Amino acid sequence: MTDVLLKAENLTASYGQIEVLHGISFEVYDNEIAVILGANGAGKTTTIRALSGMVETTGTITFKKEDISEFESDAIVRKGVAHVPQGRGTFPELTVEDNLRVGAFIRSDNDVQNDIQNCYDTYPVLFERRTQTAGSLSGGEQQMLAVSRALMSRPELLLLDEPSLGLAPQIVEALFERFLIMNKDHGTTMLIVEQNAQLALGMADRGYVLEAGEIVIEGAAESLINDEAIIRAYLGG
Amino acid sequence: MDLFLQRLFDGLTNGSAYALIAVALVLIFKATTLVNFAQGEQAMLGAFIVLQLWNWGLPMWVAVIVGMLISGIIAAGLERTFIRRFDPADHLPLVIITLGLFLVLNAVAAIVWRYDPLAFPQLFPHGSAITIGNARLSWYSIFAFGSCILVLLLLHVLLNRTKIGLSFRAVSSNLESSRLCGIKVGPTLQFGWALAAAAGTFGASIYAANPVLQIEPSIMLRALIFSITAAALGGLDSLWGALLGGLTIGFIQSVLVQYIPFIPNEMTLTATVVVLLIVLTLRPSGFLGTKTVERV
Ligand SMILES: Nc1ncnc2c1ncn2[C@@H]1O[C@H](COP(=O)(O)OP(=O)(O)OP(=O)(O)O)[C@@H](O)[C@H]1O
Ligand SMILES: [Mg+2]
Repeated sequence: MTDVLLKAENLTASYGQIEVLHGISFEVYDNEIAVILGANGAGKTTTIRALSGMVETTGTITFKKEDISEFESDAIVRKGVAHVPQGRGTFPELTVEDNLRVGAFIRSDNDVQNDIQNCYDTYPVLFERRTQTAGSLSGGEQQMLAVSRALMSRPELLLLDEPSLGLAPQIVEALFERFLIMNKDHGTTMLIVEQNAQLALGMADRGYVLEAGEIVIEGAAESLINDEAIIRAYLGG
Repeated sequence: MDLFLQRLFDGLTNGSAYALIAVALVLIFKATTLVNFAQGEQAMLGAFIVLQLWNWGLPMWVAVIVGMLISGIIAAGLERTFIRRFDPADHLPLVIITLGLFLVLNAVAAIVWRYDPLAFPQLFPHGSAITIGNARLSWYSIFAFGSCILVLLLLHVLLNRTKIGLSFRAVSSNLESSRLCGIKVGPTLQFGWALAAAAGTFGASIYAANPVLQIEPSIMLRALIFSITAAALGGLDSLWGALLGGLTIGFIQSVLVQYIPFIPNEMTLTATVVVLLIVLTLRPSGFLGTKTVERV
């Protein structure tokens, strides 16, 4: 393992008076795939929303050695963090191509059109539907679009919130294979939040288990996959 | 037949002005799903600014463009001061604020310019362009309609071909994802307010430049009601729908009410509302509305 890319220390997050994360600490190393596992309501979404500056937090978040705890969401994106929210978060009234353009909003270089073409090469179905509105796509196509859109900002860290949710097994498999390729070929670091522990641990380097707003287990993915407690709670063993 | 034609021409004239105010309403609605009740008064204030600039000696079209800029800047200031501090998802406080702005702007105009009607500069050539029998289509009507189309085309290009337009459409579509793509939502909405006010000022200037009208602080009161109806007819979130809606309202007023003898003049507003109800019953999202939107 090389450098720490992202580090959260003693992170709490609240909605109004209700504290949902109770001081969690974790890190994501350069070039790795890290996962956060947890049941419904454990605080997985809240955790990555906290990283993107979308909920009230205390504690510190460091990205590339810079304290970004107080940054606004748009500034965090500019630093190189992209976020695919739970439920895809596409722009339903915009065309597929415009969705990709919005993904490149922070960029001013001349390679945008080229990158859009790369997205189409990866997912030819997006090319076929480039003039259709995103809202007319199927769930799987929307997820492809959401991931492609996030990559359009050329992030160093990609945050993915339950990308497998509501998708057929073959589609999920193809999606996760893509993540692996992105990670190995382009060195994109990823933090994936999942309930599908088997799948996530299968491809990840390291994992954390979140329970009621606290991290209860952490370790290398291979060791977690054999962990008694995890097998019982998440792997249906 | 001549009278019918004449009424049709009249409808085109008023319809164009309604369409421009409706376009302003649609811009704000697209961005915030909010009907800005102050839009008409902002437009009226803008037209007074145009008049003032003209009185100070600016050429009239320069006055119109500078007036559009100034009212855009004022709208940006209003957005920053009164609108942005409130939760965009909670509509009631925002509606009350736009109603408050409505009253304040009306009062400001009344204090500065008084209630006496003033002559507005003639933006377009005088006289009739086409005469068919006894029906005359004035140059004013042609230019009013033409400039309405021009403004819509410019807005269309701005929204669909520029980066700020793209971010505006993104914010209209999904606020949260816009943030996650690095868009600064506040300034983008502010841009929408400025754009709407500029379009509205143009609309009010066209309206006030009608040779049969003079400008006074309540000039836009009636027009606002018709423009809101026009925007709703068009689907509330569609620019071209606003044009269709505006023209429809213009034609209802002139053709339906003034041509058909048994519908009395006093029924203008009623007739437009009845047509609105019929259209929305048959097509809940209006002529060109893209989504089923929550109606206020
Ligand atoms: N906007 C909100 N306002 C108040 N409470 C919230 C809000 N969003 C989430 N919560 C609460 O915070 C807790 C954690 O929610 P979170 O969405 O982070 O869970 P999650 O692990 O992502 O669950 P899921 O697997 O269902 O997506 C839950 O108890 C939830 O009810
Ligand atoms: Mg979640």
